[in-house]
Amino acid sequence: MTLTLNVNGQTRSVEADPATPLLYVLRNGLGLSGPKYGCGLGQCGACTVQLDGEAVFSCLTPLAVVGERPVVTVEGLGTGEAPSVLQKAFIYEQAAQCGYCIAGMIMRAQALLDANPSPSDAEIRAHMEPNLCRCGTHMRILRAVRRAAGSKNAETEAVR
Amino acid sequence: MKRSASQLNRRAFLGAGALTVAFAMAPRALAQLPGASGGTAVRPDLPGDLKSTPMLDAWIRIDAKSAITVFTGKAELGQGIKTALIQVAAEELDVDPGTITLVTADTARTPDEGLTAASHSMQDSGTAIMNAAANVRMLLTNAAARTMNVAPETLSTSGDGQIHGAGGKRLSYGEIAASLSLHVEAQPNVPLRDPASYRTIGTSWPRVDIPAKVTGGEAYVQDLRLPGMLHARILRGPSSGTRLKNPPIDAVAKMSGVVKIVQNGAFLAVVAEEEWTAITAMRALQAAPFERTAPPLPQTGVVETLTRLPSRPITVLDAAGGTAVPVRTIKARYTRPWLAHGSIGPSCAVAWFKNGEMTIWSHSQGIFDVRRVAADLLGLDIENVHAIHAEGAGCYGQNGADDVAADAALIAHELEGHPIRLQWMREQEFGWEPLGPGMFVDLEAAMDDQNRIVAWRHDVWSTPHNTRPNTAGGVLAGWEVTPPFKAPEPQPIPMPEGGGDRNSNPLYALPAMNVVYHFVPEMPMRTSAMRSLGGHMNIFAIEQLFDELAASAGIDPLDLRLAHMTDQRARDVMTLAAERFGWSARPRGDGRRGCGMGFAQYKNLEAYCAVMMEVEVERETGDYRVKRAVAAVDCGQAVNPNAVANQIEGAIIQAISWTSREMVTTKPTHLTSFDWGSYPILRFSSVPDAIEVHIVDRPGMPFLGTAEAGQGPAGAALANALAAAIGVRLRDMPLTPVKVKAAIGVI
Repeated sequence: MTLTLNVNGQTRSVEADPATPLLYVLRNGLGLSGPKYGCGLGQCGACTVQLDGEAVFSCLTPLAVVGERPVVTVEGLGTGEAPSVLQKAFIYEQAAQCGYCIAGMIMRAQALLDANPSPSDAEIRAHMEPNLCRCGTHMRILRAVRRAAGSKNAETEAVR
Repeated sequence: MKRSASQLNRRAFLGAGALTVAFAMAPRALAQLPGASGGTAVRPDLPGDLKSTPMLDAWIRIDAKSAITVFTGKAELGQGIKTALIQVAAEELDVDPGTITLVTADTARTPDEGLTAASHSMQDSGTAIMNAAANVRMLLTNAAARTMNVAPETLSTSGDGQIHGAGGKRLSYGEIAASLSLHVEAQPNVPLRDPASYRTIGTSWPRVDIPAKVTGGEAYVQDLRLPGMLHARILRGPSSGTRLKNPPIDAVAKMSGVVKIVQNGAFLAVVAEEEWTAITAMRALQAAPFERTAPPLPQTGVVETLTRLPSRPITVLDAAGGTAVPVRTIKARYTRPWLAHGSIGPSCAVAWFKNGEMTIWSHSQGIFDVRRVAADLLGLDIENVHAIHAEGAGCYGQNGADDVAADAALIAHELEGHPIRLQWMREQEFGWEPLGPGMFVDLEAAMDDQNRIVAWRHDVWSTPHNTRPNTAGGVLAGWEVTPPFKAPEPQPIPMPEGGGDRNSNPLYALPAMNVVYHFVPEMPMRTSAMRSLGGHMNIFAIEQLFDELAASAGIDPLDLRLAHMTDQRARDVMTLAAERFGWSARPRGDGRRGCGMGFAQYKNLEAYCAVMMEVEVERETGDYRVKRAVAAVDCGQAVNPNAVANQIEGAIIQAISWTSREMVTTKPTHLTSFDWGSYPILRFSSVPDAIEVHIVDRPGMPFLGTAEAGQGPAGAALANALAAAIGVRLRDMPLTPVKVKAAIGVI
């Protein structure tokens, strides 16, 4: 059936079974590469997107529960040419090795920064707990989130 | 950065384009070893992989507009090799690195440099590109001298891609290259640029692949979308050595959106228009029961399992010497269970069979082997198989990459004209990838009354660390089709690189050393290469015994190591780490806090690395955390210091995870670790508060492999720090809180 989604600020129509997890519609129906299949079980966070501002596992979220609530993927934050504050912080800190987990890391961190512009180190760690990185880039990811939080404090505009 | 990484990737995905390969492929070495070049050394006098591919235009091309393309047979695995190789080429060509396009492992375009493995890329490919670039710069300079009618010595370069002469005369590389053939063999001993005037090498130039990875660019094979592409899923039992019994094929074939069920012997896959349909169909087929086709999985520990199997003793070292009388002997056994590579992204490949030609995009570490395997599996002429490396999630050795590439090729062969994208599911990656071998080490050492180590015996047991495929007999699909391909007899990797015996030969200066590798060819669980191979286990054991000897002698563990180390570079990294860590003023074991160190030169051939750690233990529960880690590394000339630090930081975190909590679990019928719940790895709450990496500056020195240098020292440092903290030594990985609590006892 035809469903309407609000993805990265745009209204998009997709043909899909309402039971389909959001991940597959974002990747295949809408051609977005940011959200990744990692486990399909909500255990690794590679698929993380923002739904109504909250970080969710898109691999576990059926289309039927998404409705027209805003979905934001890493593509909705910025581009290679014009990266967002958080994306810039990840580049500045060279916070990736293979990078497969990174789009999910960024989306989870963005949800934190949206809700809490000045998180403590402990708050950042606790918030990032659901997302896995196997290359061991954690220290850099934490630095990048801290850096973005610092920039956000210094600016009057929103992080995006 | 002037270049879009996503554009680069797109080009890599789409394949050869207009470029043709002018160089003759050298015949392939028969027994390919990890890290070894894929070709025969036709010019052994040349450095790096110029030995097997000596033609300059195989590595570097410059068009009339000065566009520079550099070719490497190595692949980006997340280690940052693309960036480092561009920097090396830019330095010796003396151009802005942003003007270089790099083409990585592609059977139609790049040299066959064998596997991207064993921390060999900088020394094999980096050295080749460095010297090829110096050759090209020399040829450009000589050609410019002829055009300007001046002596080459009067000409210079200044990093802007031009040859400069007296009086403001200059020629761009493109102008010169237009009439210059690079289809010539490299010359040895061509002058390299003076490290004192390096412009690019030694700088932390930002990684070229990161912008696309943080903005959702098409960075991975998983992101490749081709016209008319169909999605496939593979059907197997829960883990290696099992198969499904009578899956409901006819019913699933009728499901809406299912295009085809591909079946060949025990090989079974479903192909659908939509990915979710393929998954749904796969789940329906998986409702069938499974049966075990291999002998039951052993339910014994690693020692009993390995010693029950036939083994072949291989003498690694048999050095007798010294006349001192031992007064104190320590014997200990150290064990490691089977480990999973645990890539965050399950393995994936895209294959497209059209007009009799097969193209495969794969994240395998051996793209030329992907081609050989597919040709063998499908009976295709090797010239009709084109394999292109496209990045995947980090693999850390042989994960499912090679298997899924063969799976995808077999499916695509049945559906001519349709690109097929196949990704394994999470539980398939855990269940079917080759594992990092379970191992154990028996160590015995003796000291004299001067606290000198006078005897050393090391026995290490392991199943194979290299079953990488180069025929159809090395992949799952090959064993499943009718008639099946036979798996080749696994062979040990000879020293000095070694497999299970990697780093079993201590770098320390000991008068008598006896080291034996008990190679167990039979694999109760399929095993192959996992990052650092036997290095993690052997260094875990050796470096712990050093601490045990130091404790028995009442001397500082660092002092004992330095007293037995004559290699100055090794001493330097240990001393530097100690300074930065504050080793001499470290918190001493008080039951809750403790510090430990580990050192190794990877394979005794590559980067030197010392790691020191401080742990904090909760005595009530046995739970513990690494508070801080400090590493010092000497990798020769560091091309990109930030990337070196990134590798060592990652090695420390990965080794903490392996050593503290990881273990593949089994029932007689199948593996029971199949997801991140049953195979937990380190999460944010458990990573150290701080990790520092200090790099010893070695300008102009040969590149030493870095990507696997930290795993062994970090695992050992953790074990030593824990022992220092609680006063009891744990020798059996994983060093879990349960074991720590049991060692502490009631408080």
